[in-house]
Amino acid sequence: MIERSSFFDFVTYAVMALGLVIIITPFWIVLVAASLSLPEVARVPLTLWPSSHLMENLSAAWSRADLGPKLLNTLVVAGGVTIGKITIAALSAFSIVFFNYRARMLCFWLIFLTLMLPLEVRIVPTYSIAANALLPFQALLDATGITSLVETIAGIRIELNWNLLNSYTGLILPLIATATGTFLYRQFFMTIPDELVEASKMDGSGPMRFFFEVLIPLSRTNMLALATIMFVSSWNQYLWPLLVTTDRPNYGTVVMELKALIPAQNGTPDWNVTMAGALLVMLPPLLVVAFMQRWFVRGLITKDK
Amino acid sequence: MTAISIRNVKKRYGKADIIHGVDLEIQAGEFIVILGPSGCGKSTLLRMIAGLEEITAGEIAIEDRVVNQLEPRERGCAMVFQNYALYPHMTVAGNIGYALKVAGMAKPQREERVLKVAQSVGLEALLARRPGELSGGQRQRVAMARAMVREPKVFLFDEPFSNLDAKLRVAMRGEVRRLHRQLGVTSIFVTHDQTEAMTLADRLVIMNGGHVEQVGKPAEIYNRPVSRFVADFIGSPAMNLLEGEFDAEGHFVHGQGGRIAVSSLNGHRVPGRKIVLGIRPEAVKRTIGPQIGTIPGIVDYVEELGGSRLIHAEVNGNRLVALDTDTEELSSGTPVHFTFDDALHAFSIEDGKRIDIHPA
Repeated sequence: MIERSSFFDFVTYAVMALGLVIIITPFWIVLVAASLSLPEVARVPLTLWPSSHLMENLSAAWSRADLGPKLLNTLVVAGGVTIGKITIAALSAFSIVFFNYRARMLCFWLIFLTLMLPLEVRIVPTYSIAANALLPFQALLDATGITSLVETIAGIRIELNWNLLNSYTGLILPLIATATGTFLYRQFFMTIPDELVEASKMDGSGPMRFFFEVLIPLSRTNMLALATIMFVSSWNQYLWPLLVTTDRPNYGTVVMELKALIPAQNGTPDWNVTMAGALLVMLPPLLVVAFMQRWFVRGLITKDK
Repeated sequence: MTAISIRNVKKRYGKADIIHGVDLEIQAGEFIVILGPSGCGKSTLLRMIAGLEEITAGEIAIEDRVVNQLEPRERGCAMVFQNYALYPHMTVAGNIGYALKVAGMAKPQREERVLKVAQSVGLEALLARRPGELSGGQRQRVAMARAMVREPKVFLFDEPFSNLDAKLRVAMRGEVRRLHRQLGVTSIFVTHDQTEAMTLADRLVIMNGGHVEQVGKPAEIYNRPVSRFVADFIGSPAMNLLEGEFDAEGHFVHGQGGRIAVSSLNGHRVPGRKIVLGIRPEAVKRTIGPQIGTIPGIVDYVEELGGSRLIHAEVNGNRLVALDTDTEELSSGTPVHFTFDDALHAFSIEDGKRIDIHPA
């Protein structure tokens, strides 16, 4: 029901304005603090009006946290995770929706269940897999007795080892499985009329051709919406990169580096530099959202086409 | 030459039998219309020919090649779907040419073929549009062009006009007829609209409950329905069907003692034998006043059709519909008298099979 009265309009606008203030205030504080000099930032009460030291703070943060290579690292990781997630989600939803096999629903529910198992819950097993990605196969070989068999016959001990720690693969691969994405794609694929599938069969196109030439173009808005969410969330990943990268100079990400910008307990309380660093770190996801928001909203709302 | 032969084809979904053994031979270049009430299995049969539906038992052969195990694309059929099923993200040209693109045809030849087909259905000005920008009739044309462009051996139409308005439907009917005359491609057209079926078909296949009831030319089916179902299903308004039996004098007695003199049907007029007598509304004539051999009735209501009208009357407890071209005012409750042309149909009351009045 849509009611139009000036009082109601006023209330709506007031609520919206309040929401805006709540959301924008932290950003404003970051922006202001990043532009202050050291004495200014230490002043009580909090300064709420920007000063003129933004550029020097930015460059201080940039060099102190080595943000150049770190931003590049993060871009590679976030980009990789996003692309991987979309690929996996689209393919698994394609399988679940358009193919008829016995374990279809089982697969769907297994994927769906992982919604309840975020990375934080399964961090230890995930880490041990990352430390040796072939561990499950080794365990399989051990359990079936093949290892000992080969050892007695050939005298060779089978040791499978593929270490993903301190590598882009390790940063990306364990994060790309996504139940949310699969679910989003599934919902979209289910709106595709059967006749379209049949028409493409009659036109002689096989499943993969149908996937690439019909489904992917049709799901473009969904894909962009998904990409936006995934990019922002993987950009903000903290726990996993912290765990798998001990080689910080080469594989550290910006969110981890933020920690390095926080003043030490007895060091100089230069929060202005910290805030300048935060500003730099949150800029790329902000830009992505700003750039994609039109698609983002359309992809999540529209059901037609 | 036989284009398609369907031999004892059955379809079962789980435990439900949808089609119970259909046999049909279709000659090359024929226009076959499959007609039946919804749920009779007509679309399923079509989809089995197309390869979109697995064949549970029996065989389908296209040009003497059994196609049971072939993929749709290998069967040489093109299909026009009920909801057009156009690719929304492709232009009209893209839609029409997609099958050729899949088949790996080079772009210049493809464009040439698409243009030629588009011209033949009057779409050449719309090639750059997307389906979303077209009207229903135009989308239907695109769907037909898409089927034609592959130069298939068989056209399959799955109730293609059911989303169009009445006027457009008539126009598209003409179009399909014209294209069939031009191209001469064997076509199978599924519909539940009997006017569409009668006007399009070289031969009509009437299906009911997973069986083929009758196959024949439209006029043949109209004039000699082989069963009570076909008699009832074909013809609008529907045939009058009266249940009754013969008395000692050989008159047909129905309802509450109504008697109809039947001159034909020799040898079947055994006293006490029960049959269903079928009379087309157009064979029922109204007479001025009672005469010898007329049957009296009372007007229930009159349906005005413009050039003619339908008189719904009560005759001895039964309902009778007569097609009348008179303009005399008839109000509800007016007594009327009817006489019949001798074009009667008789059906067995037990199995609904036709009893031949005029043995062929």
